[in-house]
Amino acid sequence: MSCGSKSGAGYGGASGCASASASGNGVDDARRNFLRGAAAATVTTLAAGVTLYSFGAEPATARAPGEEVSSKVRWGLLIDASKCGDGCTACVIACQTENGWHDTGHPETDPQWIRKLTVENPKNGASFSLPMMCQHCAEPPCVDVCPTGASFKRADGIVLVDKHICIGCRYCMMACPYKARSFVHEPLHDQKPYAPRGKGTVESCTLCVHRVDDGRIPACVEACNDTGGGAMLFGDLNDPSSEIAKRVAAYRTTQVRADLGTNPGVHYRNI
Amino acid sequence: MRLVVMLMMLLTAAVLALPPVTATAGEPAWLPKPARGRGEKCVANTDWMRRNHMTALMHHRDEAVHEGIRTKRFDLTGCIDCHAVKGADGKPVTFASPKHFCRTCHDYAAVSIDCFECHASRPEAKAASTGEAVPERAPASGVAALTQYLRSMAQ
Repeated sequence: MSCGSKSGAGYGGASGCASASASGNGVDDARRNFLRGAAAATVTTLAAGVTLYSFGAEPATARAPGEEVSSKVRWGLLIDASKCGDGCTACVIACQTENGWHDTGHPETDPQWIRKLTVENPKNGASFSLPMMCQHCAEPPCVDVCPTGASFKRADGIVLVDKHICIGCRYCMMACPYKARSFVHEPLHDQKPYAPRGKGTVESCTLCVHRVDDGRIPACVEACNDTGGGAMLFGDLNDPSSEIAKRVAAYRTTQVRADLGTNPGVHYRNI
Repeated sequence: MRLVVMLMMLLTAAVLALPPVTATAGEPAWLPKPARGRGEKCVANTDWMRRNHMTALMHHRDEAVHEGIRTKRFDLTGCIDCHAVKGADGKPVTFASPKHFCRTCHDYAAVSIDCFECHASRPEAKAASTGEAVPERAPASGVAALTQYLRSMAQ
């Protein structure tokens, strides 16, 4: 990754290159592991029964079906735009297949749980491609504006619409800076059993919550790894030993429109 | 007075002499007969389910959506899978058919439900293109799979 990577037209938050210098300098793994172990021991002795952080030994995902989600976990994505193929739509197709949405012939209002964007610098023609979906913000504007509480953030950081209480006012669609949400205008039939969708409600990427709760990774990430460019990485941003947290710590990543203070769970590289 | 008593006795005898009007023991024929599920028994006994299934489903739905608690017992997809009714074409019918498990009673009781405006009202069909069966959801092995993925990424 170079400091001179293209910064996308229209996207703010072009941070400096200084943070990249701390990475990849061969931090001594043994020392890191030793410190990690020491920290874990300290935590357990200081606060009996209360675990502040889980370090590697027990995966954060090992949750019984009857156990509620915990804010110890924060699910996120890291998307490397340099690996995202220009014409590749593997993630979009996978999302459509998984969640049962598709184009209806009305491009203005068609559902877009995930879409591919090509960002071009008009001055020099340089362009790159990236997938855009719900950014699963830590401070989601859609949740702030929802008048019924239907739009909510789960403890593990996944932002969802509870369609049982959504009245279809679409205020959240207006509030979302990422245009991530869409509204169902037509009656639907034969939805996927694990991805209910219906007329009169707002919907968006769920980070494949049914798969995540099942211990699997989102469909888009799976498809990107299998048939796409391997640009997407899913994991727990709160777990310092997770690959995503390591990479976010090591490389300069960009949160789209970071200036808005929404703190998205989706991080991009090379945009 | 004597006449009335005799008349009543006669009537009672006549009623008792009638052939049984019930298809199943203890239930009149005009009551709806929802399709039996696949398994041996329901997740709770029938009387309890008749009175409380809506509460159980609602409770489960709130826990599942907001807290990620996905126990199987009162999961709507479990009801749909188990109580699927096959139509003339051999495929499970949707809520559009009066034969649908939920509709059998709800039509009779004139209670309209809107679950199936969003939820699938029949089990997921096998993938048409490949003919492959839809993989069974296995939480335990799934967690193992995700753990493996996360570990492989960490290497």
